[in-house]
Amino acid sequence: MTEIPKEEMLLKCPSTCAGCGSLLALRYILKAAGRDTVLVIPACCNSVIQGVYPYMLHTIPVYNIAFAAAAACASGMSEAFRAKGKKTNVIVYAGDGGTADIGIQALSGALEREEDFLYICYDNEAYGNTGMQRSGATPLGAITTTTPNGKRIVKKDLDRMIEAHNLPYQATACASYPADLYNKVKKAISIPGPKFIHILAPCPPGWKTPSEKTVEVGKLAVKSGIWVLWEKEYDKLTISAPSKAAMKRPVPVTDYLSMQGRYKKVDAALAAQIQANVDKNLRKMEAEVKISEGAL
Amino acid sequence: MKNNLVMGTGNKAVAAAVKMAKPTVVAAYPITPQTEIIESIAEYVEAGEMDARYIPVESEHSAMTACIGAAATGVRVFTATSSHGLLYMHEMLHWAAGARLPIVMGQVNRTIAPGWNTWAEHSDALSQRDTGWLQVYVSTVQEAYDAALMAFRIAEDNRALLPVMINMDGFLLSHIMQPYEMTEPGDFIPPISLPHAIDMDDPHGYGAMSPSNVHFQFRFDMEKAQRAARTVISETEEEFAKRFGRRYAPVEEYLCDDAGVIIVAMGTLGKEAEVAADILRKEGVKAGVMRIRWLRPFPLDMKIQGRELVVIDRDYSFGFGGVVAGEIQARYPEAKMARIIAGLGGQEVTYDDIAEFVRTRKIGTEYWFGIAEEEQ
Repeated sequence: MTEIPKEEMLLKCPSTCAGCGSLLALRYILKAAGRDTVLVIPACCNSVIQGVYPYMLHTIPVYNIAFAAAAACASGMSEAFRAKGKKTNVIVYAGDGGTADIGIQALSGALEREEDFLYICYDNEAYGNTGMQRSGATPLGAITTTTPNGKRIVKKDLDRMIEAHNLPYQATACASYPADLYNKVKKAISIPGPKFIHILAPCPPGWKTPSEKTVEVGKLAVKSGIWVLWEKEYDKLTISAPSKAAMKRPVPVTDYLSMQGRYKKVDAALAAQIQANVDKNLRKMEAEVKISEGAL
Repeated sequence: MKNNLVMGTGNKAVAAAVKMAKPTVVAAYPITPQTEIIESIAEYVEAGEMDARYIPVESEHSAMTACIGAAATGVRVFTATSSHGLLYMHEMLHWAAGARLPIVMGQVNRTIAPGWNTWAEHSDALSQRDTGWLQVYVSTVQEAYDAALMAFRIAEDNRALLPVMINMDGFLLSHIMQPYEMTEPGDFIPPISLPHAIDMDDPHGYGAMSPSNVHFQFRFDMEKAQRAARTVISETEEEFAKRFGRRYAPVEEYLCDDAGVIIVAMGTLGKEAEVAADILRKEGVKAGVMRIRWLRPFPLDMKIQGRELVVIDRDYSFGFGGVVAGEIQARYPEAKMARIIAGLGGQEVTYDDIAEFVRTRKIGTEYWFGIAEEEQ
């Protein structure tokens, strides 16, 4: 069993929606990162849930920055700390819009330059802060305020875009698996250079799920295989334990879709297509593991 | 103190001054005609002549943002850009000033597309005049060097804590070789001490949501800093003159004491205007020059009473007029001026042309140099 510190780094005053997946994840990220950490936060849900000046939610320094700018801010900050001989962790905590869409350029630049910081994307699969408009990370079939009949385009494959930068450490995680997330953050901050963790963060108001179902819906994402937990150190790919178990016998993706109001316009044909996409991705992941192990 | 006379371009001079100022982080992106500044700095860093982290960012938006992230930890930072690069930074220029970070930037004034044109124009920097940055415009290679040294001391002064943009005309200064004294600043630039630097032992939030009343106060604080910067600039220029013998003022005056007509311009045009004034004086016209150096904070003590002004704008605010003329008229409602629009897109403007602007001036009118009379 992973020993997770009891000490909380967040105060008990977040103005999140009830059942917020991003806050649940952040709680464990900070437990893993410890006190010598600065959070860099671009425009996203987490820029508004941290309280109103002069009050704040976090017990460590937090630097808010413009929407497209998180990775560049972290680059400058990390370079300055290293120049001063300090090992302070610089961690970006950004949404999917700030990562996969408007912030992708600065992120790609920072990763290519091998800047020493950890970028964490909490992915609630839409622009949550502005009230759930579609993002590049919104999945096929999901209703948002700008895709009222469900998105007709598949989710941008952010992880494979990041993978193309050949990072020393890259992982996926899910707010519903805090121990897995905790261990991945611990490992990430122990490695110098650019690190990236992509967290699926269920969002009750956006996904149209009851607030007490956050953990359950995240678990179904993993169990159905629509979200795969893995980690990669350069070329070495490992499927994480919860997904390894799930991939042996995934539950039908409709179990995951049907508990969310955002998928209510998905008909049988579209559900079959989503299932086919999931199956194809799982086969691809299995093949990639074999390649990584030298077995293929 | 060791002084050292060298030949160099405006770009090289700025890079040399930055090397002397010893920033910890430089983040920059190339753009003509500024590129030589950051190439020189990259070379200094690679050669071990400069102990700085050079971040070769992928865009100007990231250049300014990386400067912000670095400066937030309390270290000295520098960047350089021009034209479209400056415009691409726009959002982060506001952020840098609003976060009260003393970033210094070399800004080479260049025209804005379309069409592509890399020649001198001031519209790039003037379109950023409301971002909260202190803006100085220089006219010689020596002045570029000296302004860059002074910029760090001014920006980092805790009464100001505002970023400084050093403006110099593209090619006309950035690529012109002139002799300059590569003065070693010694302790002229004190060590940086940012009062709100990130401190792991005293954690704070930066830039979180601020309610209206607080935000309003933050904005007023920026204006107070701009006002205080007038004093900081004067003191710094005085101290610079005392130590190094070269004296500067927010507005450089040339033959103004008895002048009946004064040419007002910024940058290299302001220097050319001095030759025009000499020509005019030979003709019996009592002409003088006021070259505005610091546009922000705007000079409030220009001695223009009883004089006619010929204001040359190398910029334009469409649907309004020349920016510099407009600012002078707003701050000095009694000013009597002929407004000249000249030099946009690198249009050649000689001292003879400037003398002719004075000879043919029509107070209260705007004249676009080179445009037919019937179209004016």
